[in-house]
Amino acid sequence: MAITVSIPTILRTHTGGQKSVEAAGTTLAQVIDDLEANHGGLKSRLVKEGTLHRFVNVYVNDEDVRFSGGLDAAVKDGDNVTILPAVAGG
Amino acid sequence: MLVIRRDLVEAMVAHARRDHPDEACGQIAGPEGSDRPERFVPMLNAERSPTFYRFDATEQLKVHREMERNDEVPVVVYHSHTATEPYPSRTDISYAQEPDAHYVLIGTSDPEEHELRSYRIVDGVVTEEPVQVVESYMFAHTGVDDTPDGS
Repeated sequence: MAITVSIPTILRTHTGGQKSVEAAGTTLAQVIDDLEANHGGLKSRLVKEGTLHRFVNVYVNDEDVRFSGGLDAAVKDGDNVTILPAVAGG
Repeated sequence: MLVIRRDLVEAMVAHARRDHPDEACGQIAGPEGSDRPERFVPMLNAERSPTFYRFDATEQLKVHREMERNDEVPVVVYHSHTATEPYPSRTDISYAQEPDAHYVLIGTSDPEEHELRSYRIVDGVVTEEPVQVVESYMFAHTGVDDTPDGS
């Protein structure tokens, strides 16, 4: 079993239009590295200077990872990782 | 062009007035591929600020899941400007990540007259578009499935 990652519309250019893809890893950082290996260009949209980019929200199952360790958040097989664009402005 | 029902416009304006002087924000969901706003979804402004807004991340996930189950997308993403013109700010543009959405801004700086404008924001480029307010989509030219039933 793998980890299922939901990809938002804006990033589907990196996944050939797929809404969700599979990845592996035991932390969010590893999942993102695995995504990058198979779908080049995703990592720079998600991570900036070693932390999650402020333009995205990332959830493991129902948990916003900003409250559960950020890139160090634990993930395991069968988990769902959801990426959503942050909706914000001034 | 944004074609939108009057009751949805009124709901956005009422939300913006209610939260004034803080910025109000939300979205209007519609069937995927229809470009037709149908379901009004006011969102919490996690910033509770007169100069900034951000969808509450937990609420956003919940609404996203509902929309996925219903095969809906955010057709409209709206927020208010409570002291400045309803034109996308530099921050609005940098965060705009839904190229298919209509970005609606509601200006509430005048207590009597609101101002509502709609934009497309794609790759950092802002294009204002006309807004057509209709009583019902039945008679507006928004899609092939809008022909009134019967005679």
